[in-house]
Amino acid sequence: MLIIDKQRCTGCGVCIERCPFNALTVVENMAQVDEAVCTLCGACAKQGVCPYEAITLIREKRGKDATPLEAYKNVWVFAEQRKGVIQSVVYELLGKARELAAARGQEVWAILLGHNIGHKAHELIARGADKVIVMEHESLEHFEDGTYSNAIARLCEKYKPEIVLCGATTIGRALIPRVAVQLRTGLTADCTGLHIDGEKGLLVQTRPAFGGNIMARILCPNHRPQMATVRHKVFAEAVADSRRVGEVIKEPFDTRDHFGMSRVVDVVEILEDTVNLTEANIIVSGGRGMKGPENFQLLHDLAKALGGAVGASRAAVDEGWIPYSHQVGQTGKTVNPKVYIACGISGQIQHLVGMQSSDIIVAINKDPEAPMMKIATIGLCGDLFEIVPELIKQLK
Amino acid sequence: MKIIVCIKQVPDTTNVRINPETNTLVREGVESIINPFDCYALEEGVRLKERFGGKVIALSMGPPQAESALREAISLGADEGILLSDRAFAGSDTLATSYALAQAIKKIGGYDIILCGKQAIDGDTAQVGPGIAVHLGLPQITYVRKIEAIEGGKIRAERMNEDGYDVIEAELPVLLTVVKEINEPRIASLKGKMAAKKAVIPVWRAEEVGADVTRVGLEGSPTMVVEIFTPPARPGGRVLHGEPGHIVAEAIAELKRLQVL
Ligand SMILES: Cc1cc2nc3c(=O)[nH]c(=O)nc-3n(C[C@H](O)[C@H](O)[C@H](O)COP(=O)(O)OP(=O)(O)OC[C@H]3O[C@@H](n4cnc5c(N)ncnc54)[C@H](O)[C@@H]3O)c2cc1C
Ligand SMILES: Nc1ncnc2c1ncn2[C@@H]1O[C@H](COP(=O)(O)O)[C@@H](O)[C@H]1O
Repeated sequence: MLIIDKQRCTGCGVCIERCPFNALTVVENMAQVDEAVCTLCGACAKQGVCPYEAITLIREKRGKDATPLEAYKNVWVFAEQRKGVIQSVVYELLGKARELAAARGQEVWAILLGHNIGHKAHELIARGADKVIVMEHESLEHFEDGTYSNAIARLCEKYKPEIVLCGATTIGRALIPRVAVQLRTGLTADCTGLHIDGEKGLLVQTRPAFGGNIMARILCPNHRPQMATVRHKVFAEAVADSRRVGEVIKEPFDTRDHFGMSRVVDVVEILEDTVNLTEANIIVSGGRGMKGPENFQLLHDLAKALGGAVGASRAAVDEGWIPYSHQVGQTGKTVNPKVYIACGISGQIQHLVGMQSSDIIVAINKDPEAPMMKIATIGLCGDLFEIVPELIKQLK
Repeated sequence: MKIIVCIKQVPDTTNVRINPETNTLVREGVESIINPFDCYALEEGVRLKERFGGKVIALSMGPPQAESALREAISLGADEGILLSDRAFAGSDTLATSYALAQAIKKIGGYDIILCGKQAIDGDTAQVGPGIAVHLGLPQITYVRKIEAIEGGKIRAERMNEDGYDVIEAELPVLLTVVKEINEPRIASLKGKMAAKKAVIPVWRAEEVGADVTRVGLEGSPTMVVEIFTPPARPGGRVLHGEPGHIVAEAIAELKRLQVL
């Protein structure tokens, strides 16, 4: 509950600026909260915001009967595999997990589920896992939401990890919210930053909200495990070291965890002849400024000259100029190439959140004021239909 | 067939802008809309009703003004709208929200299909749908891009993934979350608009859905937002103006200097 101390409030209005939800107003020299709009996010109640310390947010504590928080230990990474291949987001998470575990003086565990998959455990150890739980069963061959979440929830109850990390893939986003609800704990989606708070030892989870317009730091103070998902390419991959040693724990599959109400009947791959966007070192991306589908050939030519891949803004995808698999941004892919060349893309926040960690950004735009030009390492102001052909020519 | 569609009213984040001087959100002119992904869920529900008969109930949890989203849903083909609204729900995270919605769905009862959007554009978590499925003990199919068949108490649908799609078969009742590839939502008909105007939208409070108040709102939410800030802007570089041949040569030289070409 948000409480404004009427004795202290002077109606200065500082808090109004801090409210992301427009829930505060000043009426007759007194701050007022619109309870219907306020989400109790706490932005106004943070220390240092109200100069008169007139705003407090009261939170209830969790019941005392639960397992003590100290019983939970170690940082877990869900080792997502598809068709027996460990997904690279797992290696990225293992890298981050090592940092977190070091800060907590704990171990990194990888959780590997599948059918005939045990031989992959050493790859996880090489990438930083101290222990790997391997659970193999034919029921686990394909990802099945209910069976996987039952099995993982049971493992969490048995071993009590303090932190659980999972890739924000289509599988991860179907699986891990189920596990979190089964364990009745918190889960923070699509984190872009994870670190341990030095004082309290809590996992500080940073993530964009409102389409990337604001960032939020989120804690899960009174429940365990603390759970988070992270998108592919947000963190750097852990380097493999084949000399690393670790332990493999074989866990039998408990047939009670078999969830009989749904099953995978077919797996269909849609092959694309494009370079994998998320793995490319150079990306040439086009937006509404490309004017039409035929002009994307220009970008393919430039990408070819540079050995890169072609991306797009949502505007270009929505126009039907290029398939959705090329979309970069909040509702598309997150990319992190060495060079990102944005052609005719204004740089709205939803696009930027998917590419702004690129090492070098080159923007080509008629409008020098476009947001993309403002963040570009190199901005080329002018008509892309003159500049891109010139680029191709000079590169040859 | 009884179909429940969960819709959330969200600020139109496309229009949210940052004031570069104060570094705060510019809120003027930001309207509330139905979460775009939920519009696809609603459309799919209405199409299922048109194919199999039955009815579509739109359900939303939110402040009193979320009623307008439910009226809009009715104008788009829903038969009824129910608003779950109570101060006790304020500050709910995805665990608490999915619990509250599941309680309301239990009260509605007799459902065959629950439809959700892939994610809400304000929070972008994609957690509420699977959460509801767990609370209700239902199978789920996420990222549905196509419903292939519904027959013999079973549904077969395509779940989109990074490499293509999986075909999943599940028993009814089932919870689906849908992606925008699934359909092209219609616009409101005149008849729909009339129905929306006349509709009575019941408001259910926590007590009426039998929600344990310690499991909703701030108290029932394990996660806690401790800070909200505007993302630091990436520092800019150089903008080159002039004749294309010139500026391209300069850019290439610069990229070589940065050792990326
Ligand atoms: C929930 C939500 C999710 C979203 N997710 C994404 C996402 O994942 N990815 C994404 O990209 N967007 C996303 N968007 C959309 C985003 O807000 C923008 O609308 C979109 O990125 C704009 O695309 P654009 O820059 O290509 O088009 P515009 O904004 O129209 O910009 C076109 C640019 O091209 C320039 N231009 C035009 N002609 C030329 C020329 N001849 N030479 C040089 N320059 C030229 C113009 O100056 C302009 O800057 C999302 C929006 C919402 C609400
Ligand atoms: N308050 C709410 N009321 C109704 N439906 C909701 C609510 N919050 C989330 N949903 C549903 O859950 C989906 C996923 O939301 P989220 O987990 O917040 O990204 C949305 O697309 C809606 O279908």
